[in-house]
Amino acid sequence: MNAPELNAFTGATRAAGVSHAHESARAQVEGAATYIDDIPEVRGTLHAAPVCSHAAHGILRGVDVSAALAVPGVRAVIDAGDIPGDTTLAAFALDEPVFALDTVQFVGQVIALVVADDVMTARRAARLVKLDIEPLDAVLSVHEAHALEHYVLPAVHVKRGDAQAALRRAPHQLEGRFEVGGQEHFYLEGQIAYVLPLEQNQWWVYTSTQHPGEVQHWVSHALGLSNHAVTVECRRMGGGFGGKETQAGHLAVWAAVAANKLRCPVKLRLDRDDDFMITGKRHPFAYHYRVGFDDTGLLCGLDLEMLANCGFSADLSGPVADRAIFHADNAYFLEDVAISSYRCRTNTQSHTAFRGFGGPQGVIVIERILSDIARTLGMEPLDVRLRNLYGIQERNVTHYQMKVEDNILEPLISQLALTSGYRERREQIAAWNANSPVIKKGLALTPVKFGISFTATLFNQGGALVHVYTDGSVQVNHGGTEMGQGLNTKVAQIVADELGVPFDRVLSTAADTSKVPNASATAASAGTDLNGRAAQFAARHVRDNLAAFVAGLDGVGAGSVQFEAGQVITDKSTRTFEDVVAAAYANRIQLWSDGFYRTPKIHYDKATLTGRPFYYFAYGAAVSEVAIDTLTGESRVLKVDILHDVGHSINPALDIGQIEGGFVQGMGWLTNEQLVWNEKGKLTTHAPSTYKIPATGDIPAHLKVDLWPEANREDNVHGSKAVGEPPFMLAISVFEALRDAVAQAGGQPKGMNAPGTAEEVLRAFD
Amino acid sequence: MLRRMKPKMSVQTLRFVRRGEPVTVHSVPADRTLLQVLREDLQLTAAKEGCGEGDCGACTVVIGEPTGGQLRYQAINSCIRLAHSVDGMVLWTAEDISGIVAPTLGAAASSMNKAIPALSSGLHPAQEAMVQCHGSQCGFCTPGFVMSLFALYQNTGGGQGVTRAQAQADLSGNLCRCTGYRPILDAAVAMGSLPLPAGCAVNEASTLAALKSIAPRQAEGAAYLRPRTLEALLQARARHPHAQVVAGCTDVGLWVTKQHRQFGQVLDVTATRELKRVETYPHHIAIGAAVTLEQAYTALVKERPQLQPFAKRFAGLPVRNSGTLGGNVANGSPIGDSMPLLIALGASVVLMRWDAKRQQVAHRELRLEDLYTGYRTNVMKADELLAWIKVPRPVVDEAMKVYKISKRFDDDISAVCLAIQMTCKNGLVKAVSIGAGGVAATPVRARQTEAALLGQPWTADTVMAAMATLRAEFQPISDMRASAHYRQTVLGNLLQRFWLESQGRTCINLESPATLEALA
Repeated sequence: MNAPELNAFTGATRAAGVSHAHESARAQVEGAATYIDDIPEVRGTLHAAPVCSHAAHGILRGVDVSAALAVPGVRAVIDAGDIPGDTTLAAFALDEPVFALDTVQFVGQVIALVVADDVMTARRAARLVKLDIEPLDAVLSVHEAHALEHYVLPAVHVKRGDAQAALRRAPHQLEGRFEVGGQEHFYLEGQIAYVLPLEQNQWWVYTSTQHPGEVQHWVSHALGLSNHAVTVECRRMGGGFGGKETQAGHLAVWAAVAANKLRCPVKLRLDRDDDFMITGKRHPFAYHYRVGFDDTGLLCGLDLEMLANCGFSADLSGPVADRAIFHADNAYFLEDVAISSYRCRTNTQSHTAFRGFGGPQGVIVIERILSDIARTLGMEPLDVRLRNLYGIQERNVTHYQMKVEDNILEPLISQLALTSGYRERREQIAAWNANSPVIKKGLALTPVKFGISFTATLFNQGGALVHVYTDGSVQVNHGGTEMGQGLNTKVAQIVADELGVPFDRVLSTAADTSKVPNASATAASAGTDLNGRAAQFAARHVRDNLAAFVAGLDGVGAGSVQFEAGQVITDKSTRTFEDVVAAAYANRIQLWSDGFYRTPKIHYDKATLTGRPFYYFAYGAAVSEVAIDTLTGESRVLKVDILHDVGHSINPALDIGQIEGGFVQGMGWLTNEQLVWNEKGKLTTHAPSTYKIPATGDIPAHLKVDLWPEANREDNVHGSKAVGEPPFMLAISVFEALRDAVAQAGGQPKGMNAPGTAEEVLRAFD
Repeated sequence: MLRRMKPKMSVQTLRFVRRGEPVTVHSVPADRTLLQVLREDLQLTAAKEGCGEGDCGACTVVIGEPTGGQLRYQAINSCIRLAHSVDGMVLWTAEDISGIVAPTLGAAASSMNKAIPALSSGLHPAQEAMVQCHGSQCGFCTPGFVMSLFALYQNTGGGQGVTRAQAQADLSGNLCRCTGYRPILDAAVAMGSLPLPAGCAVNEASTLAALKSIAPRQAEGAAYLRPRTLEALLQARARHPHAQVVAGCTDVGLWVTKQHRQFGQVLDVTATRELKRVETYPHHIAIGAAVTLEQAYTALVKERPQLQPFAKRFAGLPVRNSGTLGGNVANGSPIGDSMPLLIALGASVVLMRWDAKRQQVAHRELRLEDLYTGYRTNVMKADELLAWIKVPRPVVDEAMKVYKISKRFDDDISAVCLAIQMTCKNGLVKAVSIGAGGVAATPVRARQTEAALLGQPWTADTVMAAMATLRAEFQPISDMRASAHYRQTVLGNLLQRFWLESQGRTCINLESPATLEALA
């Protein structure tokens, strides 16, 4: 349905704007695309397995490794005593030990590594390590942590106007409490690092990471070395979704400490269950809100408290919780508002980045509130949403004092409502439900307005290298990483167009800290914006060199030299790109260059969370129709229509892939994907047998995606917009449709928590 | 190969056919998985380890076995399949099906000076369709999907007539976290219309010939025993009462990958000729212990077509292609889905052993619910094997339904499973049997509820009373799948669903594709 026509790119002269297949697609379908565990192992490679805490909180009194060491093939057990550098991980809050020292802080915390000749021996021996842990009280719930004031970081309060006064004045008030669960990334390729010693205490690290620069930083910090002694390479990840932004660093540090101790290559590939137990997830949130509104559904005041379950350490919880604040408005103008955000410390995995990065946990609040307001007033929810949208000339400043300048919400939502037949379907569904005692349908339209840029302004920089070889073939390298999103494909398209060469003449190469240094994480949806622009500039520098050279040959102005379809054209001549490159080389013209880009306009005050944290917003909206079974609570998503804004698409197929994939991942978060920790703090859903991401059968037959046709109003590469995260939040329409169905069936949707499992849906009828 | 230092571990040679040629791997331990052999011993890294428990499908490979002079293609999970179980079979991974031999890392750079890369340069249609439909993003699940598609292609005469619904069902054991599946389902539907490049077609004649050249020869004293006959199997069991018995390994495989158990001696029932059959008798069908779940459910669905959606929800196809009904029953997991159904159907099991004194096969038969004594324990003796499952055939006027409640519809384990078989006469409940799963330490029969129904008029009042009985009959636990309260509530509600369906209500079960079509 959303497939661009087959072979769409045949005959196109420009690469961008065309649905090129992913640059690795052919290799992937043949099983020839290399992931870390596929790299042929260097002679002498050893394998590691983690020894994990079985207690949620306790004093680590002793570690008995004798039984493990007695296993044939076991080489060593590595722990904090083997760290030559700092025993604290170089995470920005400096609040995590590399290996647990005197206390353990969650079930799954890594205390040591067993290193053996093969991976199964290492894993088997790791379970023979005896841990003597004196239990301490564990804080497992976010409410308990809040009551005890256990925080990983100070609270943040954002205010505009006087929310309390506005609430008092408001004709209607609603109050509610609810919780939204976390989410396991479930990248298909689990966490892995492979560390090789080089000469002179230098190190090569293969890792599946979204942030090679940080891995380099962390590894050198732990080994007590300068950054330049460590090189980190990542050709591709088998999925990231935020889960390999910081979390990959842990693996690399552990493996590096072992490799350093044993002076040989060490590979650490986590078993899936260990990956679940050790690594952080999307932050679970709990909310308490009071909202005031008038008879027309217009929001008058909002007092919102958000409790983020951060786990045992800060990790990225600060910016995640900040982004939840930034997105608690979603598409709507909040005049008098007070938001308090608490970053609660619990004895669980340290929760981390996950697609949307707190944005979804912000958006879901206001969407839920608007649905509940509509139900309270007996109004159509879409009308309540339209009533509260940001304005164009007025009501256009966010609660963090950023003017919304590129607002396309009203036309976008209206168009989707029209093309999806939203209003007619509302009526049809009400009629259908009247005659269906067991199965009830629900429908919801929710929009998204997602701020694009790292909220930490300094990360909004990108670098690239473009190399043109003497045969005219091109390599591009940039600071971004490929996790399946198609960044390398888009960057190659951009470079191909800049040099006027066919797409397949440009090869994207592995992210490598020895090529582009100090690169930011590939995150915040900004991969193409930052690295694509940087690569464009790098290619432009080479093109300028070639243009000047050709201009000299032909006696024309350099600005008049055209690069197109593999040819270099002036008023006087047409040469092949290859001929020009060969001649330029012979004339000692530089055929490679760097490029650097930093996002303009952005700034904000970290203390007050005010300013312009985002360069622009990406918009979208979705209509979801669901059915629930009132006897069992089971549900199905029946029909989805999406209209999403990617600006001028560099690659429509890849963008649609991000939209559909993000939507389905969001649908999983809000339906079947339930993380369950038991009363001892142990995660009991630690494998795909118990943690259920969407499968083929969950995808509705009708899943229609349309792209908004307008270019980015800000100057961004090729007029495009970021796409990685925003569509994730479109799935909130599924949750609101579930709540609509519950309401239509006479249940109580107001108290429903996410995910809306069958049990949670049925609970609404208790 | 200096891989592991385990002198005591018994090892033997494994042979299979790959790319039309026999492959021999020496010194393979009995408990080594197929994925370990592929990735670690043969450096064939197309198949990936995603979960190590057969739930994600990244490790999917296709095996071929001759049946009736033809090859039968089955997608299986290589991560939990013991390697020796494919001895004497054909094996394909994603690197084996294109017409191009040995793709190299530099392949992307090989199209020098060509403006447009050639589109159909040798990829198998299952691969080409995935490329053209943009079915791969991160690519880690892709080789597994390609293999499930390849099996589907081979089993549908070249992907002919593959519908979206069939693709959804056949691919439910393969997880993708990137795409949202739409492009992969498109590829499944599209692959049949793509040309089959030279070199991609499986040469069945030469493959069958190659298979003959490696016909398994069972060595006496081998660490991995796969007896060909029932007598040999039972004798082997008598000789090796401590051997780990395996069938499709879809449970035992996890004991290896997750519990790190090691088996010096394995006894595999799946090659036993007699036990690979489904036999039909006037009043029952008998399903051999080596019959795969896919084949067993096909037989059960043939008897009772209403079981079709339930059958498709049992794990994913790669697990159903390996696992056996006998294994599911013998393991007796409290949440195994077959048992509630079989209990309701009045199934019995035949246990067999080798009687050394009489030099003949001895057997006993018992009702399925009497097999279990507690959590994963049963009445089987050390020398006994579960050989047959006997399932009564439908009787006139029987109402038979099975309901499964799980977080995800496909490839999930029941929080609650309820199977009801009932016959009414003159408005009275004449016979009823009810099996339940997920509510006790073993799969159980709901005898109190049966008693509450038997002889009663089949009315709403009777159902209301029976619902209360059913809810009170068991004390389920709360766990990650559901709370005790939910399990009890839903158990009763499922009886209500059964009542409503008996009154002619349709479209009240979201499981069925027909309901979804009606709702759309």
